[in-house]
Amino acid sequence: MVTYIIRRLIWAVVMLTIVSIITFGIFFLVPRLAGATSESLAARYVGRTASAEQVKIAADKLGFNDPLIVQYGRFAKGIVAGADYDYGPGVEHCPAPCFGYSFLTRLPVWPDLMDRLPVTLSLAIGAAVIWVIAGVATGVLSALRRGSLFDRAAMGVALAGVSLPIFFTGIVSLVVFSYGTPFRITAPGGSFTPFDENPAMWAYNLILPWITLAFLYAAGYARLTRAGMLETMNEDYIRTARAKGLSERRVVVKHGLRGALTPILTIFGLDLGLLLGGAVLTESTYSLPGMGKYAIDAITNQDLPKVMGVTLVAAFFVVFANLIVDLLYAVVDPRVRLG
Amino acid sequence: MSFLELKDLRIHFPTDDGLVKSVDGLSFSLERGRTLGIVGESGSGKSVTSLGILGLHKGGRARISGEIWLDGEELVGASQEHVRGLRGKKMAMIFQDPLSAMHPFYTVGEQIIEAYRIHNDVSKKVARKHAVDMLGRVGIPQPERRVDSYPHEFSGGMRQRAMIAMALSCDPELLIADEPTTALDVTVQAQILDLMRDLQRDFNAALIVITHDLGVVAELSDDILVMYGGKCVEYGTSEDIFERPEHPYTWGLLGSMPRLDREPTERLLPIKGSPPSLINVPSGCAFHPRCAFEERTAGRAKTEVPELLETEGGHLVRCHLTRERRRAIWENEIKPNLEAS
Amino acid sequence: MNEEPLLSVQGLEKHFPVTKGLLKRQVGAVRAVDGISFDVMKGETLGLVGESGCGKTTTGRLITRLIEPTGGTIVFEGNDISHMSQGRLRPLRRDVQMIFQDPYSSLNPRHTVGAIVGAPFRIQGIKTEQGTKKAVQEILELVGLNPEHYNRYPHEFSGGQRQRIGIARTLALKPKLIIADEPVSALDVSIQAQVVNLLEDLQSELDLTYVVIAHDLSVVRHISDRVAVMYLGKIVEIADRKGLYEAPMHPYTNALLSAVPIPDPKRRKERDRIRLQGDVPSPLNPPPACRFHTRCWKAQDICRQVEPPLLTLAPGHQAACHFPENAPSGSAAAAPQEPAAAPAD
Ligand SMILES: Nc1ncnc2c1ncn2[C@@H]1O[C@H](COP(=O)(O)OP(=O)(O)OP(=O)(O)O)[C@@H](O)[C@H]1O
Ligand SMILES: Nc1ncnc2c1ncn2[C@@H]1O[C@H](COP(=O)(O)OP(=O)(O)OP(=O)(O)O)[C@@H](O)[C@H]1O
Ligand code: SF4
Ligand code: SF4
Ligand SMILES: [Mg+2]
Ligand SMILES: [Mg+2]
Repeated sequence: MVTYIIRRLIWAVVMLTIVSIITFGIFFLVPRLAGATSESLAARYVGRTASAEQVKIAADKLGFNDPLIVQYGRFAKGIVAGADYDYGPGVEHCPAPCFGYSFLTRLPVWPDLMDRLPVTLSLAIGAAVIWVIAGVATGVLSALRRGSLFDRAAMGVALAGVSLPIFFTGIVSLVVFSYGTPFRITAPGGSFTPFDENPAMWAYNLILPWITLAFLYAAGYARLTRAGMLETMNEDYIRTARAKGLSERRVVVKHGLRGALTPILTIFGLDLGLLLGGAVLTESTYSLPGMGKYAIDAITNQDLPKVMGVTLVAAFFVVFANLIVDLLYAVVDPRVRLG
Repeated sequence: MSFLELKDLRIHFPTDDGLVKSVDGLSFSLERGRTLGIVGESGSGKSVTSLGILGLHKGGRARISGEIWLDGEELVGASQEHVRGLRGKKMAMIFQDPLSAMHPFYTVGEQIIEAYRIHNDVSKKVARKHAVDMLGRVGIPQPERRVDSYPHEFSGGMRQRAMIAMALSCDPELLIADEPTTALDVTVQAQILDLMRDLQRDFNAALIVITHDLGVVAELSDDILVMYGGKCVEYGTSEDIFERPEHPYTWGLLGSMPRLDREPTERLLPIKGSPPSLINVPSGCAFHPRCAFEERTAGRAKTEVPELLETEGGHLVRCHLTRERRRAIWENEIKPNLEAS
Repeated sequence: MNEEPLLSVQGLEKHFPVTKGLLKRQVGAVRAVDGISFDVMKGETLGLVGESGCGKTTTGRLITRLIEPTGGTIVFEGNDISHMSQGRLRPLRRDVQMIFQDPYSSLNPRHTVGAIVGAPFRIQGIKTEQGTKKAVQEILELVGLNPEHYNRYPHEFSGGQRQRIGIARTLALKPKLIIADEPVSALDVSIQAQVVNLLEDLQSELDLTYVVIAHDLSVVRHISDRVAVMYLGKIVEIADRKGLYEAPMHPYTNALLSAVPIPDPKRRKERDRIRLQGDVPSPLNPPPACRFHTRCWKAQDICRQVEPPLLTLAPGHQAACHFPENAPSGSAAAAPQEPAAAPAD
């Protein structure tokens, strides 16, 4: 088991390195393919008023003319030790971990991201709790009452949930639940209260985004759980469990659900990982100041260092979530530990 | 009344193609300490019968009628909750494929402990000790260590031993083994058969062994019930069935089987055709389309369902042929062909 | 007696590599078949018995050259086919056919019986469409199916009938050698007997040679002329039927025979049984020297150190054991082998 964990950890580090190289490579190549030169890139650092000479110096000093690998090395070193961006007229310091420095806002990217992170974390984790509970419970009940009215209704709703785009459900729920309708439960977006400041307000402000997001995912989880349960409840070991005289509830939860859990866990890891990188649509629909919103704003302003920073952090979450899932897998399915 | 008694048990499944009459009027009785072997071809209703006794069809689509009496209690009409309380404690079951019949995610010990603790109010520690004892009893080496293994870490034979330990953990009075050795290699099968024989003596349970292998029944059973198309066609002691069988289907089974204990015969004597559909069961005697002696019943076999009648001392046969004719056929036409020419 | 064997196998080996990790580093090998030798004469039936995982199916697949051997030679009708290319194997594909265990999964459910049985004709381009139909119907009749079944699909047939379709397919090209891998073990007893009889009838009618793979010792005795017993990738004993079943020499063969349940309630008390302990060890890591020593009640030190060679201990009867049972007294091998005589690997 210990070697399994170590192996997985090493693998995660390798993955992260590869992902960062690829991300860096893309952000290095794409602008150049679009016709940008070292100078035009450097121009954004020194400001529009700078002379061509100044720009050239900045490009040199910032190392835009170095080979890709050297630039990557400098970037990687920045993450560990911090970096100084010398663009000629001045030097901007970016403390470790330096995930880039935005010359548009004249701020390092990392602290910005750390400001946004609690919002995204709150949104993603809160929604995840809701969708896992709701989705799995609905799936189990549907499977046990296959063909019943409940099953058909639940699966109908689930189908809608999977197919409807989030801005649609988001806007519909915004309209229904806020803007002064009788169902009003929350203020229409835009505000986030940190959990440690006021937990009640925190939840109150997030409840709508949570539900919108959870609805989308719960639908998929309900279908997945239902299919998994239908399969496991036909397994021989379920018959054995019944033959032992276990109550039906215990048979379903301890033996059936446990068997059906593995595929759900896999999908959950992927979903949560992606979501932690920023629930772009939900955050923009509700104007929540999370990482998704940050990414969108950065793209709109063509603020490359920010886009790259947020991409890297998102990638980190995906790798991290997968690592957790792999470890959980070994806990859930003892057969994995051998592999 | 006997310890276990089935009276006219019927288990039918409504399906899109029609009503599947898996078990159709089955009656037998069994005492504590005795072993009943149930043999029959695939689909003859053996497993459905055993699951029916344990009440495992309830809540499904099955239509069940008739009576099952276990130690003076009727089970078909009893509440699900009541039957559940008996399962595992009073009656237990061993399944065919021990790999798929054990939960892959729990240790062997956890599964035995669970079975023990539902019916016995004891601490985990006591239950664990009991699990270790049971594993030791069924011949698993180093049970203190192996109790924490997962099923996939066991070999096939060890898994079946663990299944047996689990079934016996609450000291059941009725044990049903459905094809307990079919998935195992011969040398391992021999070990398990020995084990079951010894345990049955120690536990003094009533044992039902379900199999399609006549060798396995002969090794274990006191009495044998031959099933065909959801019905009992012949019932008797194992001597009755192997030495003076009277039903044409039983003859067919004996003739189909190459045997190591006899000189090899020139040819096997198979039964023609294939097992009947349980939806459109052949009219009259369900075996008539395959029976070599059907013409000798003057057409009755095609129209009239034969009854299960006693021929002698508890030996029951379901066939229109008279007792004398059956005996004559066995002595003159069948038996000589079974021994080497 | 000196005629050429139809099939001759010498030192045949198949090792499946076991890999581990990302880089697929080879960490070992499953020695599924590990140096076996035997001959099959024209018109005879060789039975191959042994417990699960001992390499029976792998042997069958090697002989039909569905897989390539790791070592050793396979000679069919005087030609070495051990490493022949797929192209040059084509004529062999007609002469050597395989019948599979599972009559359900080995037939394509979307093809009619006519298409399945006629496929070999079409692939080899031998007959016209009309000729194919006629030929197929003749074969169907030969295996006891109704020629009118030509246009039906496999799911409309029972297990025994499906196995007949499988057999019909192998017969289409008039093969010389048929490898039947557990041809009856998925079938009911009454149906098993039908198929066993059919195989025997076909053999005498068409002059076929069989290698029948099975774990059921009674079935193997019934249809074989000679029988080879395998244990963990090795042949431990090979003899004619009578010799093997009446005077088995290898302890494993004795144990196997003794383990078969006898359908005679009177005899169950009388038999003195040999009961092996434990299960078959893993072929990934077989015990050294004599592979049976972990379960053998006769094992001595020499068994753990020196691999016993397969020796002829009686006419037509070979066994690989240092202390064989039932060996004719005075025969050279009745005494334990000298270590020097048997190089261990
Ligand atoms: N839930 C069900 N719904 C419909 N038909 C069923 C159901 N369970 C069993 N059957 C049918 O009942 C018949 C008897 O099945 P059963 O499993 O008892 O056979 P068996 O004698 O145990 O055969 P085998 O030797 O193959 O295990 C079969 O034809 C089967 O298809
Ligand atoms: N393609 C393969 N890759 C790796 N190992 C294999 C492969 N095919 C077979 N083996 C292994 O080789 C050994 C022999 O397998 P084989 O199928 O020949 O056994 P068998 O005697 O036919 O057994 P059974 O009676 O269960 O059919 C087994 O341990 C099996 O796991
Ligand atoms: S009743 Fe007739 S058909 Fe049925 S078993 Fe007896 S002889 Fe055969
Ligand atoms: S060589 Fe030794 S261990 Fe092997 S079978 Fe013979 S007696 Fe047993
Ligand atoms: Mg069954
Ligand atoms: Mg095989």
